[in-house]
Amino acid sequence: MTAATPSAPATRAAGTRSWLALALLHTRFQLLESVRVPIAVIGNLLFPSLALLFFVVPQPAVAEHPLASVAAVAQLGTFAVMSACLFTLGAGVSEDRQLAFDPYVRTLPAGAGPRLAGRVVNAIVFCLGAQVPVVLIAVLLTAASTSPARFLGGIAMVPVVAVPFTLLGLAIGYAMSAKAAIAVVQAVLFPLAFAGGLFLPPEAFPSWLDALSQALPSRAARDLVVQVTTGIEGSAWALPVLLAWTALFAALAVLAYRRDEGRRFR
Amino acid sequence: MTAPVVELDRVTRRYGEVVALDDVSLSVGEGELVGLLGPNGAGKSTLLSLVNGVRRPDAGTVRLMGRDPREPAARAGLGTTPQETGLPATLRVGEVVDLVAGHYADPMPRGEVLERFGLGDLARRQTGGLSGGQRRRLAVALSLVGRPRVVLLDEPTTGLDVDARHTLWDALRDYQSGGATVIVTSHYLEEIEALARRVVVVGSGRVLADDDLPAVLAMAAARRVLVEVPESEEARLHALPGVLDVRREGRRTVLLAPDADAVVRALVRDDVPFRDLEVRGASLEEAFLALTSGTPGAPAASGAPGAAPTPATTDGEPR
Repeated sequence: MTAATPSAPATRAAGTRSWLALALLHTRFQLLESVRVPIAVIGNLLFPSLALLFFVVPQPAVAEHPLASVAAVAQLGTFAVMSACLFTLGAGVSEDRQLAFDPYVRTLPAGAGPRLAGRVVNAIVFCLGAQVPVVLIAVLLTAASTSPARFLGGIAMVPVVAVPFTLLGLAIGYAMSAKAAIAVVQAVLFPLAFAGGLFLPPEAFPSWLDALSQALPSRAARDLVVQVTTGIEGSAWALPVLLAWTALFAALAVLAYRRDEGRRFR
Repeated sequence: MTAPVVELDRVTRRYGEVVALDDVSLSVGEGELVGLLGPNGAGKSTLLSLVNGVRRPDAGTVRLMGRDPREPAARAGLGTTPQETGLPATLRVGEVVDLVAGHYADPMPRGEVLERFGLGDLARRQTGGLSGGQRRRLAVALSLVGRPRVVLLDEPTTGLDVDARHTLWDALRDYQSGGATVIVTSHYLEEIEALARRVVVVGSGRVLADDDLPAVLAMAAARRVLVEVPESEEARLHALPGVLDVRREGRRTVLLAPDADAVVRALVRDDVPFRDLEVRGASLEEAFLALTSGTPGAPAASGAPGAAPTPATTDGEPR
């Protein structure tokens, strides 16, 4: 035992490990922790698949129409991404912040970047995982069909769409307590999803709702994904709208992280 | 002495209306073993959270190895303990060690860390399944994983039985002997005696005393002598030999003195008309408030309901 001590505080270059090494480390442990609570993973996969099964598959007008089916799958796939990002980050981060381990991890020699990267990669893995049952149901039970390029394009859209909602999730997670965060995530997720045309296609909206909807990040994300997967031209506003929301959510996330000092006592 | 490894310069930190640290300055050099002693709520944990970069001061500056502790590079040579209740329950003991080790350039091998703290056969156990004492040991082990030059230990052995406490102290002393700087907080005097050479007493957000261990131990041995005397006689109490402080608490007067027997003898010898005599141990806070404040008015007010339990002398091991 004592033989090891002289090396203890040996003089060495006081440097932190590389950003990438730390990001990989945090990614590994984020995934490990997620996988250890399988119900969180399963619950996340379930809702979009059930929605597809109950609301799309029984409607012949949609389910037997190849393009309409693809659009419906794209919408629910987008919803799966939104939901995974907001829940794993919004609720997950705020829950972690209430554990005594979180302030401890903040004392380790790593900045915010690698930890956030770990969380974001974890969320994106969740988002991709959530596509699997949706796509399986679509292939087996609907007439959905698209070209391999469009299918891959749709998968490639997952991390793109995930970015703004990841940032929104982080902003909520770092700004609020766990109880508040879960309520806020739900209050944000479902109205945004509905008004963004993720449950009902926007073609079914009254014109005022359609106009309002165009300004929402959920609608912009949905339009982009539908364009990529079906090839049908959509609104030219989708990309600028999504980028503007991304910038806003990024600013909020950074602000919330900077202000956070762990639990607050008054 | 070389440049200080931890330095606080006129630091103030508030939580809303509450002032947790009030204009505190403290400098700790390489290799020092410093005990931060004080009751709960004195500001010890706030002080550590400023040094470890979790919180930032409202006023003043904090330096760790000459840098702002909020920079990750400043913390490359820092080791701290999580609260044992907060370990991630689903991760295994070995995994938590790996997670922490992964942050440092030259960490101790996992086996060595676990061995030092008697956790060798628990590496595959999830932390949620550990006993309180095992968690406490793991928490302290984590502070040493990165071979830090500066170790901050917040109440390292609270809640442990005597044997476990001694095992942990041995492991910490073993590490200290390699030349690390250690700052340990405790409200147990015995723990401070075991791990520190220099003692900083904190109370109500201020540094009340900062001296070497024997000097502080002598101060901490003070006793409270309570008597009821007519108001006209009170002036005589100040003149008694060995009395450090005189203060009114309700109908009684409290004398603070290192030797209570001498005070009682003097009371009798001088024929002071006292009644309702009582002698109690003084809490450290009371002892230091009396010693460091010339005016027993203002700061004493917060510690005045002194009938409250006296953490250091009653909860701790009798000395």
